[in-house]
Amino acid sequence: MSLEDLYRQVILDHYRSPRNQGHIEGCDAHGEGHNPLCGDEISLDLAISGNTITEVGLTGQGCSISQASASMMSEAIKGKTLEEVDDLIHRFKRMMDVEQGDDGLDPARPGAVLGDLEALQGVRNFPVRIKCASLPWTTLQEALASRR
Amino acid sequence: MKTDLSHLRADFPILSRTIHGKPLVFLDSAASSQKPTQVLDAMDDLYRSHYGNVYRGAYALSEESTAAYESARATVARFIGTESQQVAFVRGATSGLNAVAYGWGLNHLGEGDTILLTLMEHHANVVPWQMLARYTGAKLVYAPFTEDYRLDLDALGKMLDDTVKVVAITGMSNVLGTMPPVAEIGSMARAHGALVVVDAAQLVPHVPVRVDDLGADFLAFSGHKMLGPTGIGVLWGRMERFEEMEPYEGGGEMISDVQLDSSTWASIPHRFEAGTPPFVEAVGLAAAIDYLESIGMETVTAHDHELTTMALERLTDVPGLKIYGPGDVADRGGVISFTVDGIHPHDVSTILDGEGIAIRAGHHCARPLARAIGAPATARVSFYVYNVPSEVDALIEGLHKARKLFNVA
Repeated sequence: MSLEDLYRQVILDHYRSPRNQGHIEGCDAHGEGHNPLCGDEISLDLAISGNTITEVGLTGQGCSISQASASMMSEAIKGKTLEEVDDLIHRFKRMMDVEQGDDGLDPARPGAVLGDLEALQGVRNFPVRIKCASLPWTTLQEALASRR
Repeated sequence: MKTDLSHLRADFPILSRTIHGKPLVFLDSAASSQKPTQVLDAMDDLYRSHYGNVYRGAYALSEESTAAYESARATVARFIGTESQQVAFVRGATSGLNAVAYGWGLNHLGEGDTILLTLMEHHANVVPWQMLARYTGAKLVYAPFTEDYRLDLDALGKMLDDTVKVVAITGMSNVLGTMPPVAEIGSMARAHGALVVVDAAQLVPHVPVRVDDLGADFLAFSGHKMLGPTGIGVLWGRMERFEEMEPYEGGGEMISDVQLDSSTWASIPHRFEAGTPPFVEAVGLAAAIDYLESIGMETVTAHDHELTTMALERLTDVPGLKIYGPGDVADRGGVISFTVDGIHPHDVSTILDGEGIAIRAGHHCARPLARAIGAPATARVSFYVYNVPSEVDALIEGLHKARKLFNVA
């Protein structure tokens, strides 16, 4: 496993130019995550209309893997229904091996495609970095859980 | 390098292994050092040929283990210039500092009292005092550091008043490498009747220490950062302070007598060593001390200084690299923390690991300090007796590779 597989260009691009940065005034859900081991921090605001995530606001600091994962996540969940987002969370966690499953999620479901996020699968080969990649997703889960 | 210790490398089996196909370059001794064969053999020999629980058996093995344990205590005492009675074996610097916070602090502090720390303390010398403050109602204050990352003695002096009951300071910062003038702070503190506690986890492995010269009341350090095993450390105490201190843990071997309602304590230092002690680890620590003494602690310090001087110079040449710590090596240890513009320290660490280079990245168990220097995470290299100049070269090359990979070159 080479470093070039870990640090794909798309990851470095998201790290340098993170998407959906900022806070959402009067957001519908909010989550904060931090990794005490390495100091990565994520703050996540969501605007939810009906059943759909309409806006994502991210702030935080940390390594390329945590911040790129957050940025890619923000793009992937924007405009998706909560069910689709739930689907994405589980798909991502299975890709990172932090959740077990037979990967039997229906590929026909719209939330089932990870897209750019698949660039993060190299992280699996660097076990200490899996927490970095998973942090935004855990934060997302907590934000959604606290809203419900 | 005037001080060539490269011949020592053959004593450290781990240094001959490769990481990701590259020779190991180990630059994280401030977290934990590697072990020479002499330490491993001493422990192995005790386990294989002399092992029996200490103090408990009237049989040869127990007597041999007890003799080895007490001989280890004498070695530690000689190493830091004290008497065996003043050496309590603990699990590490952390448990030594906790023993003081609870055993001395709980019955000497109350509301209106102050505990004075510095902003450059490791969590091991912060959290036990926070817990003590919560139990007693005492308050915590932190002495700041100067722009050159030295302890701000003027500010510390102004914070010292008669409410200060404890001054707990590091002998060498595990992040900045700064070595505060412990003896000077000690005499300032004593003038106000405050207890002086020194976290010497980084100091004792790297600098000759005579405890009497430091003027401290308690001093704690760990074996694993000085070529010894994990699970063993030392709490040294001034005798009258040890007498004022209650045991932090109760159990076997720390008592004189046990009645149904109460017990009386064994003599010092045994009353601070409840349960079966880590006597094999103590013997390993003694072997590590013998090893360090065969090099000579002055030589250990000189070697650290030469590598640190070289590394500071070379690192300064890396574009976008910022060092957090004193820029010159006077009163400074072989610990260098830094950041590289555009590359997070964890990424620096992962990329260097790909080159076989082990460094530390993160807040180094000093979150208040990380906030104070404005860098939530830094990369850190640290040196010890087995490091050689070519490893500094490898580090610099690795950093250039990281900059290239992240397109910041």
